[in-house]
Amino acid sequence: MSDLAIRVTDLGKQYRIGAAPQRYRTLRESLKNALTAPIQRIRRGLAPTGETRPDTIWALRDVSFDVEQGQVLGVIGRNGAGKSTLLKILSRVTEPTEGEVEIHGRVGSLLEVGTGFHPELTGRENIYLNGAILGMKRTEIERKFDEIVDFSGVEKFIDTPVKRYSSGMYLRLAFAVAAHLEPQILVVDEVLAVGDAEFQRKCLGKMNAVAQEGRTVLFVSHNMSAILSLTEEAIVLDKGQIVHRAPSAEAVDHYLASGFSESGKRIWSEDEIPPSASPFRPVSISVMSGDGKDVDVFRSTEEIILEVKYKLAEPVQGLRVGLYLMSMRGEYVFTSFDTDEPERYNKFSVRPAGGYISRCTIPKDFFNDGRYAVGINASSYRVKRYFQDERVLNFTVDGIGAPGKQWSERRMGLVRPRLVWQIESIG
Amino acid sequence: MTETSLVKSDSDTIILRPSHGWSALNLGDLWHYRELIFFLTWRDLKVRYKQTVLGVAWAVIRPVVTMVIYALIFGGLANLDSEGVPYPIFTYVALLPWQLFSKAMNDAGRSMVSNRNMVTKIYFPRLVIPISTILSGLMDFMVAFVILIGMMMYYHIPATSSLLYLPLFLLLTLITALGVGLWFSAMNVYYRDVGYVLPFLTEVWKYITPVAYSAQYITGKWKIVYALNPMAGVVQGFRWALLGIELDSSALTTMLISALVAVIVLISGLFYFRRMERSFADMV
Repeated sequence: MSDLAIRVTDLGKQYRIGAAPQRYRTLRESLKNALTAPIQRIRRGLAPTGETRPDTIWALRDVSFDVEQGQVLGVIGRNGAGKSTLLKILSRVTEPTEGEVEIHGRVGSLLEVGTGFHPELTGRENIYLNGAILGMKRTEIERKFDEIVDFSGVEKFIDTPVKRYSSGMYLRLAFAVAAHLEPQILVVDEVLAVGDAEFQRKCLGKMNAVAQEGRTVLFVSHNMSAILSLTEEAIVLDKGQIVHRAPSAEAVDHYLASGFSESGKRIWSEDEIPPSASPFRPVSISVMSGDGKDVDVFRSTEEIILEVKYKLAEPVQGLRVGLYLMSMRGEYVFTSFDTDEPERYNKFSVRPAGGYISRCTIPKDFFNDGRYAVGINASSYRVKRYFQDERVLNFTVDGIGAPGKQWSERRMGLVRPRLVWQIESIG
Repeated sequence: MTETSLVKSDSDTIILRPSHGWSALNLGDLWHYRELIFFLTWRDLKVRYKQTVLGVAWAVIRPVVTMVIYALIFGGLANLDSEGVPYPIFTYVALLPWQLFSKAMNDAGRSMVSNRNMVTKIYFPRLVIPISTILSGLMDFMVAFVILIGMMMYYHIPATSSLLYLPLFLLLTLITALGVGLWFSAMNVYYRDVGYVLPFLTEVWKYITPVAYSAQYITGKWKIVYALNPMAGVVQGFRWALLGIELDSSALTTMLISALVAVIVLISGLFYFRRMERSFADMV
């Protein structure tokens, strides 16, 4: 028991989905509910409590796992799989609906760095304030102050109100405070998704150092290479449940292989679409060969057609529907939108309500051998991101007939273009 | 139904499980986070008058301008009785605790919603927020109090030994403000009606508190009803402690009733807040 850091038993968290579009109740509604609730309860009969009612969803259900002291555990899963809910419960921001969590040691969370930062206060003042919010004692902050400033790299502006900081400086300072919290158990959610490459490297280094010191880390990320390099073991969450727990490499493979249809087509059902996506409603996405069949294995010498079907409930201005192509390790190959061409953008500056297909063709001789993931993004630039899912489908490219195939070695790189080479003899 | 969400079995082990019904106050946890109360109070003070031209002078302008208006209307036009002391200082002495109370109640009532981003991301005892909001109101009170000292010298009103009781009445003000503030801050998370109720309630409450008039106008059995408003007791206490305005024979009873009401409001507010607290992060 002494070397156990976290024990989660049958954990569940239920949310009212009615609370999503209208986030708070008015008194009138509540009075009405108070009057009608007993009647409804009688009508429903003696339904046991905790029964799934139509207006609630289980963000987490029957989740059980242990984390040993000093272990670095990765948590992976698609959007809405329950990762954030799990971390929120572990960091005591919200209460579970059922089950139990046993935590041995002080928990520090990097759920969102910079929480409690006040724009009017200087960097120095915010270090103290944020440190206190994160649970540090003043003496502790004083002791680490120089180190924090040093790590953040904003020495020159430490007495400037943070509202004058660039977003990068702001973020670095915020992370610096959080990174010096030194809890026994560190809970990290996707902080690495922000900031420039240099900063991300610094963060990863810091996390590595934390792990080296033998402290327990729970690390949630979409970045598979970060999961692979930082964690030994990972759990895969899907629809609020743990579907797999294994050494990281195996868990990542499981995650990447699951949830994607083998046919090369993904159809969204109504309940998978968050209300915030409206008026955009994705219907399906397919990867097809040149003859229009949904498949998931291609030869690098053939074209690949990607097709997104969607509906618009009302006219949308400046809509762009785009795709991300990613390697299995999370490296981006490219991002492309259907209105990248200015003429097409002007032609579709407002898309009326109705059904649409956005289709693109990836030329032949493009990808190297391997497996690739497709993500989707539908947004109006600087207005709203309607829908985003970084991994909806994946497909395999087989390099038969690709340039250089007479040598069986593995070629580095994600693309394998057929380039024009010339060899000149100059005597 | 007294199961708590947090059981401390040894110093470093915590157990999280769903809680039902009423929760323990867990004041130990609050004590552990006392520095956060200090820092949030300090933040409020630091930020309050940033980017204002007049700065901390606003703490004086509000009560002084109100006093001038009251002196013109109630003291001058309506010629209300001010129990033997000049009307301006008679009403100013009442305005100090009143404005402390009304600001504290309003700010605390909105505090959970205005600190939403902290509440939804990080754990700390939620009580920290309304408490620090109330404390930061004390600063304005202190500044405005300096003006009062000046006025007492101007009107040649000597300080008496009853001044020693002043901290008690100040405490009663804070207890009442915190009690009411806790109720409203927890309710505001669920019902945004609170945002509309607060200004209205402040207005009404001000009229049932003897800020602009003398409590002597209230007579007979109404005195007991009147004492149910802790702020009525506070204002009479301030006038007695600072201006030496005599209290009548039933004063002790009414004071005790006021204090009792304040304590009941505070304790019920604490328990209500703790009960509602567990879903703050999901609802706010």
